[in-house]
Amino acid sequence: MTRLAEWLAGGPLISDGAWGTQLQARGLAPGESPDTWNLTHPDRVEAVARAYVEAGSQVILTNTFRANGIAMDGDLDAINRAGVAISRRAAEGRALVFASMGPTGKMLLTAEVTPAQVFAAFDAQAAALAGAGADALLVETLSDPDEARIAVHAAKRTGLPVIGSFAFDSGRRKDRTMMGATPEAVAAAMVEAGADGVGANCGVGAEFAAAICGRLRAACQLPVWIKPNAGLPVLVEGEICYDVSPNLFASHYAALCAAGAGFVGACCGSSPDFIRALVTARCASN
Amino acid sequence: MPDLEQLYAAVIEGDWKAAVAATNAAVAAGVPPLTIVTGHLVRAMDEVGRRFDCEDYFVPEMLLSARAMKASMEIVRPLLVATGAEPVGRVVIGTVKGDLHDIGKNLVASMLEGGGFEVIDLGADVSPQRFIEAVTERDANLVALSALLTVTMPSMKATVDAFQSAGLRAQVKIMVGGAPVTQQYADTIGADGYSESAAAAVALARRLVLA
Repeated sequence: MTRLAEWLAGGPLISDGAWGTQLQARGLAPGESPDTWNLTHPDRVEAVARAYVEAGSQVILTNTFRANGIAMDGDLDAINRAGVAISRRAAEGRALVFASMGPTGKMLLTAEVTPAQVFAAFDAQAAALAGAGADALLVETLSDPDEARIAVHAAKRTGLPVIGSFAFDSGRRKDRTMMGATPEAVAAAMVEAGADGVGANCGVGAEFAAAICGRLRAACQLPVWIKPNAGLPVLVEGEICYDVSPNLFASHYAALCAAGAGFVGACCGSSPDFIRALVTARCASN
Repeated sequence: MPDLEQLYAAVIEGDWKAAVAATNAAVAAGVPPLTIVTGHLVRAMDEVGRRFDCEDYFVPEMLLSARAMKASMEIVRPLLVATGAEPVGRVVIGTVKGDLHDIGKNLVASMLEGGGFEVIDLGADVSPQRFIEAVTERDANLVALSALLTVTMPSMKATVDAFQSAGLRAQVKIMVGGAPVTQQYADTIGADGYSESAAAAVALARRLVLA
């Protein structure tokens, strides 16, 4: 049994919600690097992580989404290590810590970056995250299966379980990544790369996620990580809000589990209230 | 006469080497540069956009076609400038302040260039002031704003407001796009148009400059 399967033996686990907006609520300025806050404002980052643990998250991520050498500059080793340490402190043994690795933001296809550069960037990040004691590595918000394969290969070198999660936001049925990959193509790429789990995060709302989850599950036997957005952003009195309430979001919980989701959380537009609503939905469905 | 359908096909297939060869052959045979652009490159990129809308093409195919189109444009542009031909419109494009994402913005810039626009690309993390300066200096009639993050969407509003404050709002049309951006958001901040995709952005830009 893989470690992911062991963790899921008791049923689906609830993960966390959005971090960027939570950090902004604690003073992160628009355009300021969230990851750098691991070094400059660790207490505030920990407050976000703690809010999710207290809301009922059984898996929390780390504030390290951009901390690869292609997406940003800075003392990345320290930022990644601090990110794991902060989430670990907030978890206090009550939640698993999966370390977040986002895409490079550059395209292999147009030769903006080479495969070797992408591998080196993810390899360094994964080593730092693993060295600091992450339970697993989550490469997320991916759109390019080629970049994802490289990221998984690099992350697997740590010996930790690795999940590759994609943003499905394109096509009329919103079932393709920006690069045109279907859930089936993504699942095949992740199996081939040796990932321990596959997933869908960000992209679209929970109403689309069950179908994508079902297709990922049908295409491979890997555990599925699901973390949809809370609807679409709208402007209300000068503030960006998302148009789905925690309860409406959580009303999809049962459908996601029925579609085979192993991990359920919420992405852009969500808050600890969404996690509380998921916990309530789980109690109701048991 | 050289077979310009080869150029059309090369752009659609994303074969930049074939596009360059066909362009050079056309230029050598004396085909007017404007004919190469409007008769073949624009037509080919329109077809690429149509295929994108039909979901035959996705971003990778579009990027390859844009690269082939650009390779051809590199040859034709100096000749075009020499003839004094005017572009369809002059567009200043950039990702708004605080946002470093440029994949979507680059794609829209390529598609607009393929659509016959002169494109002034300011890159990412562009302040409202820089948009205004570029519009003023280059006499642009269209501004295209990109944002990938929810947290940087307010910079779009700030940019639209800055054009208003500078007294330049009536001189330019402003279009917006990016993953979290919606028509509703575009309407709320007073933008002139919203496009869901890079392909649709060209049609929108044409509508806006003719309006």
